[in-house]
Amino acid sequence: MTEQLISTTAEVIEDDVDLRQGTIAPRSGTQTPVMRLDDVSVAFGGRLAVKNVSFDVYAHEVTSLIGPSGSGKTTLLRALNRMHDTVRSAEVFGTVLLGDTDIYARSMDPTLLRTRVGMVFQRPNPFPGMSIYENAVAGLRFNGVRKKALLDEAAESSLVAAALWDSVRDRLKNHASSLSGGEQQRLCIARALAVEPEVLLMDEPTSALDPMATLRIEELITELKDRVTIVIVTHNMQQARRVSDQCAFLLMDDDRAGKLIEFGPTEKLFTDAKDPRTLDYVNGLFG
Amino acid sequence: MSVVGIPQQDGGSRRGRTSPRFSLPDGWYRVLLVASAAVFAALVIWFLVAIAIKAQPAFSTLGFSWIVQKTWNPNLQQFGLLPFILGTLETTAIAMFLAVPIGLGAAIALAYLVPHRVRLVLGTAVELLAAVPSVVYGLWGVVALAPLFRQYVEPFLSSAFGWTGLFNGPNLGVGLILAGTILFIMVLPTMVAVSRDVLATVPTEQVEGALAVGATRGQVLRKVVIPGARTGLLGAFTLATGRALGETVAVALVIGNSNYIAHSLKSPAATLPSLLINNFGEASGTELSALFGAGLVLLVIGLTVNSIARILVRRAEGSELGSASVLVP
Repeated sequence: MTEQLISTTAEVIEDDVDLRQGTIAPRSGTQTPVMRLDDVSVAFGGRLAVKNVSFDVYAHEVTSLIGPSGSGKTTLLRALNRMHDTVRSAEVFGTVLLGDTDIYARSMDPTLLRTRVGMVFQRPNPFPGMSIYENAVAGLRFNGVRKKALLDEAAESSLVAAALWDSVRDRLKNHASSLSGGEQQRLCIARALAVEPEVLLMDEPTSALDPMATLRIEELITELKDRVTIVIVTHNMQQARRVSDQCAFLLMDDDRAGKLIEFGPTEKLFTDAKDPRTLDYVNGLFG
Repeated sequence: MSVVGIPQQDGGSRRGRTSPRFSLPDGWYRVLLVASAAVFAALVIWFLVAIAIKAQPAFSTLGFSWIVQKTWNPNLQQFGLLPFILGTLETTAIAMFLAVPIGLGAAIALAYLVPHRVRLVLGTAVELLAAVPSVVYGLWGVVALAPLFRQYVEPFLSSAFGWTGLFNGPNLGVGLILAGTILFIMVLPTMVAVSRDVLATVPTEQVEGALAVGATRGQVLRKVVIPGARTGLLGAFTLATGRALGETVAVALVIGNSNYIAHSLKSPAATLPSLLINNFGEASGTELSALFGAGLVLLVIGLTVNSIARILVRRAEGSELGSASVLVP
């Protein structure tokens, strides 16, 4: 059955080869990519959800994925830390390089990969049974770190980085659920940072937050650039414009699979897009 | 999917049309709902009072000490319940000793590990097991399991674990260990079906949150899924224990029905329910009252086990609030 699915999917990809003419990202000569997506497609149960996406993620920049609902932004993002591994019907095609390693290579351990490519989700999801401190160091403990000094240091450093330290330093042992939504999301960011990933994936991290909390997270994203490379999915075009350096615009094709329409520096995409569909979308004409 | 079937409502349109005709003021709904709840309370009280009244003569003639005395001999007006209390606790302990790890393991496998189709087949099998009448389990125990236990299982236990002193005496087939095993098989479907359903309710977000910081699947299960489902798992344990404590017919068929305290897990014994079913028909006078007393004791044991489990879970939840111990092995 799996073979059948793969062959069907392969046919679909072949049929669509011409559609991606001119949509491959230009490879910049000056910047170093930390991640490279090459012809990435994701299928669920043999049906493509995202097809033939190629672009580079540059070090210490924020790359945003924008596009209307159903364009496959989140699906694509979850392919970058092998989150689709947990879904039986999911298949990922193409190549995703982290540095010069193919993350889908047999030799790559997905749990190790996820310490190098962290993730923050749409809704804050701190572990409910754990304290603030325990949440911050959960990743380290999962990975076998036991020394209290190391854990304490990582907890402080990641909470400082997530702009949460000052408000929680006196109540580290309190339940994570005692925090506000925005604070919980920053705790999740701290939790992801504590294992010192190279890349941080953020899946609409502010969609469940109020405007003030959203602003704090956006400021934080900009501050974090020195520490980590960020790929963020957002529904909010203005957010993409405010926080990101590079922007990828995805759109659902006739076969309902999302594809990359345009990729480039955010400012250019918003002011001088090459594709008329990008221009229409960023100007709010649809989506 | 769950053992407690809730009938599916068909659509909303039919109810939508008829509801205005039956609409009641809010006050009436309150009255109806409170009345339904009150029916339960009334039944429980009625039930307790009726049993207590019937048991009362035993307490007034014998006091309270008979409950923990060792000898049951109605001819001599001796109604010691201790052998039966111990038998009840021992068979239940054997059953839960097997059912907790095996049931939890099966539930985890069904909820997370096996492919969808296998899950459907096994899930149905588990629920079918729950529907088998207990007398059938008992008869199966007598004809199929008892010979097997006499020839293979009991000799094996004696040779492997004889040093514990728990498996002394002859291999009879019937006895505590067989009764405990039958109970284990009977409570397993409850344990598995309820545990599986509560494990599946742990939010995907939690699971993914752990995966995203580099947790292995085993760690996700141990640190996120099982702690998250703890209260529900307690429910599974309580339901299963309740069934094991109260199971009557199957136990009466396989336990050997001895009125003496068992000195080995291979010995014949009796439980409070098996005592009741074996003697109730012919009992009269103080003996009949004592049997009602045995019923009360069984009820108290059930409530106590339930309460202890509840306290343990609450304590586990409370300790987490302050300490950093959850992830430390």
